Order: sequence, then structure tokens, then C-alpha cells
Amino acid sequence: VSAEPGRPPVSAAERKMWTTWVRERAVGSLPPEKLLPDRQPSYVSSWIYVFGVAAISSLIVVVLSGVILGLKGPEWWHVSSVGHFFNSIHLWAVELFFFTMVVHLWGKFFMGAWRGGRGGTWVTGAVTFLVAIGAAFTGYLSQQNFDSQWIASEGKDGLNSVGIGAFFNVADFGQMYTFHVILLPVAVSALVIWHVLLVRRHGVVPPYPAKAKAAAASPPPPAPSEGAAP
Amino acid sequence: MNGRAPASPDPAAPWPGPFVRYDLVKELAVALGVVAGLAVVLTILFSSPDDPPTTLQSWAQAAPADFVATSLTELNGTSEVAEYGPPYNHTPEATQKIGPLDLQSTPGVRIPIDTARDFVLEPLKTIPGSPRLQLAVAAYEAAPPARQEAWTSAYEKALEGARYRRGVVVVPAGPYGPVAPMMAALLGLAQSGGLDGDLLAGNHRFYQTNYTKPLLFLSGGEYFEERAEGQHLLGTQWGMMNETGSYPGQVWLWLYTFWYQIEPFLESPNADALIFALMAVLSLAFVCIPFIPGLKSLPRHLRVYRAIWRDHYREVES
Repeated sequence: VSAEPGRPPVSAAERKMWTTWVRERAVGSLPPEKLLPDRQPSYVSSWIYVFGVAAISSLIVVVLSGVILGLKGPEWWHVSSVGHFFNSIHLWAVELFFFTMVVHLWGKFFMGAWRGGRGGTWVTGAVTFLVAIGAAFTGYLSQQNFDSQWIASEGKDGLNSVGIGAFFNVADFGQMYTFHVILLPVAVSALVIWHVLLVRRHGVVPPYPAKAKAAAASPPPPAPSEGAAP
Repeated sequence: MNGRAPASPDPAAPWPGPFVRYDLVKELAVALGVVAGLAVVLTILFSSPDDPPTTLQSWAQAAPADFVATSLTELNGTSEVAEYGPPYNHTPEATQKIGPLDLQSTPGVRIPIDTARDFVLEPLKTIPGSPRLQLAVAAYEAAPPARQEAWTSAYEKALEGARYRRGVVVVPAGPYGPVAPMMAALLGLAQSGGLDGDLLAGNHRFYQTNYTKPLLFLSGGEYFEERAEGQHLLGTQWGMMNETGSYPGQVWLWLYTFWYQIEPFLESPNADALIFALMAVLSLAFVCIPFIPGLKSLPRHLRVYRAIWRDHYREVES
């Protein structure tokens, strides 16, 4: 970030300010050209890379259609054809979100995408998947139709059996709806943002070493680290 | 692109090879347009399911025999909910366990439900202009448990030969005490829709968003389960990962649902708790793959990455 014209360099006193510390940490970790790069390593050329951004796009459609449903209220999607239309968009966007996210996860697994200190990137992605399952589950419970009745009737046994049902009551529409429209979407969105920032910070994982014959022709590389730095 | 890709890059080091132009914002915008368009097309083609819920009213009208039989088990405390254990009530040996671990009992009874009081007796007391019914309810409540059990047992046997005329249960005369008029009144209350309101907005509350009581009552009857079976929703039919109609549903729950289809979980009285624990362990392993020896190296041995980065390998190996 360019300094203000004519502004002197940051002083020692300013460096002790919390605001300065946060700004310099943020810009130091993710300078603009790293946050929004306009070029990528040459190996980033495969359709598998599309599924990450497709998952984010699906999440945006999920959230936008969900906001419309939330603004109109629960009755709307049952009694109005327009409401049912938006409810259907919400459903299919969720299906697309999970489809693209699962393909993205498998792709990253086969790439060993946690190599080179990228363990946190994998962890945030995997946790996003698990939290998204909770978000979808509470969505199915919030439908207020036979499907949601049955899912609540079945789901309560699993949650009660380990003591969770005493606090997370799947038959309580008010509680499930709050989880679905506020708490879990915020959690999923925050995790996705964190995940993307980690991707930008560490970059896209490079390929595994090529065959020995070709590798022998190249200078010996430093020993690659298989696992992720904690 | 310029330069040549290195054959064996260090995954932790900055990429020393060539770069290509990559417009991330444009990619996101195009993907957003495609996904939104796809969601609209799928909506136009397939819409979404929205089967009306089962109510106590629709149940009592469509299957009065099942409703009365279930109500009797709620009254005499032999229904599934009455004997459920925590978090609804205290029932000895009713909880599921993971080995010696009884997590179900840990929070205690936090959603107390007395099926006789909540599902039968209190709703009957709300019926206005029925002094004989109120006397029957008072007589039942005042009777010792052995007498109550004798009445309900006799009525249970009588239900086997009961007839239902225009939604009214008719049983031959017998030693049922006040149970027969109570059951007839409860059936009438349910058929009128009054019981749905009573269970949803009990304790004189106007605003209510908690469906626990009516749902637990519904889940005790065969009518509710038969409707689910017709929609391939039972646990043995891959349960709640399915959706009403021919829709994909929560397919991401396939592994969770899978365990319910096989032994030793299929017949285990602790299946819910064991499967929950198993999935918790598997989920933790999934999150921690980068740190698990062997598992973190698996992709290198599977070599699927060679298909993903085939352009890269073609270049460096040519």
C-alpha cells in the first residue's frame, strides 16, 4: 500500500499502536498483489480449479436466495408460487454448492493440497464442509412440511443419544430457523473467507515431483515436505 | 508464459517456474452467472417438493383407529416417547450407550414430557361445556395406578374389536372406567384440529414456534411412519438423507446413513450413539488428514494428480 503523499515513515510510537500493528500484519501477510493476483503458476491449468470458485458462486446464490426467503418470511414459500420458485432456487443452489464443494475437496485431496505448510487451508475447507452440512440440515428442518417433520423425528434420536438433543432440539422450529438463517450461514461464510485468504497467502500447491528421468536432468531440488506445517 | 517448469518444485517455496495470466475476478463473475443460471434452469425443470405436514387432525381423520391406539399408549405410559428417557423423561435403562459411556443421561431431563398429562389429560381439560368428560378425567386422575392400568388394559383389548363409524370409535360395553369417554373425546378434539393448537400453544402462550410435543405425539403412531415409508424415508430406506418425491435430498449424509444399513448397527439398541461416535471420529480424521502419517501421503501413491496436472508433467517430462 502506498503511503499518503508527504507522510513520514511510521514512527516507533506509531508501531506500538494496535491499529498500526494490525494494518502492518495484514498488509505484510497479504499485500494487494498477493490478495488479488493477476497471474498464476503455469501448472494452474485444469478444470478441477474451477470447482473452488464454483462452490463460492453457489454459496453466493444460496445466501442471496436465502435472504429473499428470510425477508418474505416462512409462510411465503408455501402459499405463493413466487415464494416456491425462490425456495426451489435455494434448494438447487444448495445441491450445486455441495456438488462443487465435494468435487473441489476430492480434487484437493488427490493433489495433496496440504503440502508446503498448507495444512490450515485444508482444515478450514474441511471444517467448512462439516459446518455446511449443519447449515443444510437446519434448512431441511426449517421447511415446515412433511420432509422437515420426518427429518426432525429421525434426527432427534441421533442427537439425543449423545446428549446434544437436550440443547439442540430439532423439533423446535424457532431454534432451528435461527441456526439456519443466522448462526450457521455466518459461520460458513467466515470459514470460506478465512479459507480463501489462506489460499491467497500460501498460493496454489505445486505438483508432486515429476518422473525420476526428467528430475535427474534438473538441478536437485530441496527436499519437499510431504505434510503440512502445523 | 516464459521459462520452463521445474520438475520437482518445493511445495513450500515460491514457484520458480513460469506464470500465466489468470483473471480471478472474471472467473468468479462467470462462475456466478453460470451457477445462478443453472439453479434457475433446474428450478424451472424440477421445481422442489413441498408435501404438506401431517397434523394431529389429518391423522385422527384418516386413521382414527391408529390415533386412539396411540393415544392409549400415551395415557398408560407405554408409548415410545413415554419410555424414551432423557431429555424427555426419566426411564431406567432407556438410554443409549457407547460402551460404558452414557452421554444421553448427562444433560438430564431438559425437555420434560409427561405423555399422559401433556398429550391426553391437559388437552381434555380444555374442552368447554363437557361436565361429564371433566368428571371422567377427574376420576381417572384420582384413581390409583393399578386401577388406571386395569381400565386402559381392558380398553386396549376392546380396541381390537372396535368399529369406527363416521370417525367415532365404538367399543362394546366393558370395564374401562372413564377411559372410553376420554378416548372418544380426545379423538373428537383431534379431528376438529383443537389438539394441534393445544399441544402447540399449551400453557396459554400465544406465540409458539416449538413443535416438539405434537411431533412426538405424531411419531408414536403408525400413520406417520407409513407415510414416511411411502416416501422411502425410513431408516432402513437410507432414511433422512432422502427427500419426499424423486429429489436428491441430503446426499452428503450418505456415509452417516450407510452405517444404519449394516451390522452391527442394524440390530444394535445403541446404534444412534455408536454411529454418531463413529462419524465424529471419521470427521475428525477427515479434518486432520494433513497431519496423519500414511494418510497424508496417500495421494502421492494414488497418482491421480498426474491426470490433474497432465499439462505440467507433459512439459517437464518431454
